[in-house]
Amino acid sequence: MHELSIAVAVVEQVEEAVRAQGRGVETLTLRIGELAGVVPEALDFSFGLATEGTALAGTRLLIETVDARGRCDGCGREAPTGMPPVLWCAACGATLTLLGGRELEIVGVTLTDGPRDGKGPDDGPRAAPSGLPVHDEEAGHVPHR
Amino acid sequence: MCRTVDLHQAVLAKNDENALALRGYLGDRGTVAVNLLSSPGSGKTALLEQLLGRAVAGGTPAAAVTADLATENDATRLARSGAPVQQILTDGLCHLEAGMLQRRLEGWLPEGTRLLFVENVGNLVCPASYDLGETLRVALASVTEGEDKPVKYPAAFGLAHLVVITKTDIADAVDFDREAFLRGVQQVNPGVPVLETSARTGQGVDALLAHVLRCAAGDETHVPVLARQHERYLHSHGPGDGNGHGQPRGDGQAQAHGDGPAHSDGDGHVHTAGHPLEREHEHEPGAERSPVRGRTP
Ligand SMILES: [Zn+2]
Repeated sequence: MHELSIAVAVVEQVEEAVRAQGRGVETLTLRIGELAGVVPEALDFSFGLATEGTALAGTRLLIETVDARGRCDGCGREAPTGMPPVLWCAACGATLTLLGGRELEIVGVTLTDGPRDGKGPDDGPRAAPSGLPVHDEEAGHVPHR
Repeated sequence: MCRTVDLHQAVLAKNDENALALRGYLGDRGTVAVNLLSSPGSGKTALLEQLLGRAVAGGTPAAAVTADLATENDATRLARSGAPVQQILTDGLCHLEAGMLQRRLEGWLPEGTRLLFVENVGNLVCPASYDLGETLRVALASVTEGEDKPVKYPAAFGLAHLVVITKTDIADAVDFDREAFLRGVQQVNPGVPVLETSARTGQGVDALLAHVLRCAAGDETHVPVLARQHERYLHSHGPGDGNGHGQPRGDGQAQAHGDGPAHSDGDGHVHTAGHPLEREHEHEPGAERSPVRGRTP
């Protein structure tokens, strides 16, 4: 599962984006398409690990999912692609153009009223989630099974 | 009271930036990267040994980077081909990222390398999300893995420019349902070429190398539906490439047959026919789509 890598990337980007605000982050919203190759439950779990000891510790993760839709290049018909996707038109057989469903986006955050509440250490290097190897900037994770 | 901050950032923006930089670096050197994705045990390394050996023998400067969670066994095997080979140990990470590849290439990638094969970590889920600056992404599956592999892993097969079936020498022994496999491939990636290979008998390897070289020369492009919209960088073919938008269906496939092998049951059959609804087109005069084997009228 690469959800931990993704969670770490999210945490790094958001920490950087809100550093100047001097306030804690209450909620963080992600938009994830049906075809993004990410399992929301796994990402939610990974997010808990990835925020440990960071400025985002205690932040609530909100995930908006986006259904995949396509438009037929032949007849113009629009329809959900389903999952696993069928990327040709059921009516005329032409290839679809994907209208959405591969989103993997940080939508935004809400900030707390005051400075962050100290659920995690404010200073010092970020600790690795226990038991997981760390290399370069990425936390390691186990292969998908 | 809370304050809302809109961010609207792509989660993998950093990797995409690295991939874009890497694509530029490779482009400047005239190197085309080929990203190979498959599950463990699909025979990726065996096939790569053959590809490297033939590329070297045919005078095409080729090199390989192979990624594994641990051990350097694959690099040792591949180095016997005579091509320069590097190993990336990911220490447990289940996919390669563009930055990791870039760091490995800097100061090593030999001048004049035309083809750089990147053997990704054996895993069909995670590597699919990471652009490595490649020009050609190849998803492989062996005949022993089951016909439903493409629909089970739609991102891996759906984002590929080429699908390769491996170990076809034992297809009959394991009752490989070729038609079901091809149907699944076309469902998630309409129009993608499919090649059949056996590293043991050598079947299809020359055709595969020829296909890779045509792609490297820009003579052949397939744009996956999944890659059309969101990835700004993924699967672009370098500066000035015009693919990705508004390309009429079939452009790539038509070229696939120009100098391709005969559509016999022999080596290197390029399957590009689609789903059942397309069958009618195969009967049209001048249709350039090759029939899926077993579906030929
Ligand atoms: Zn249609």
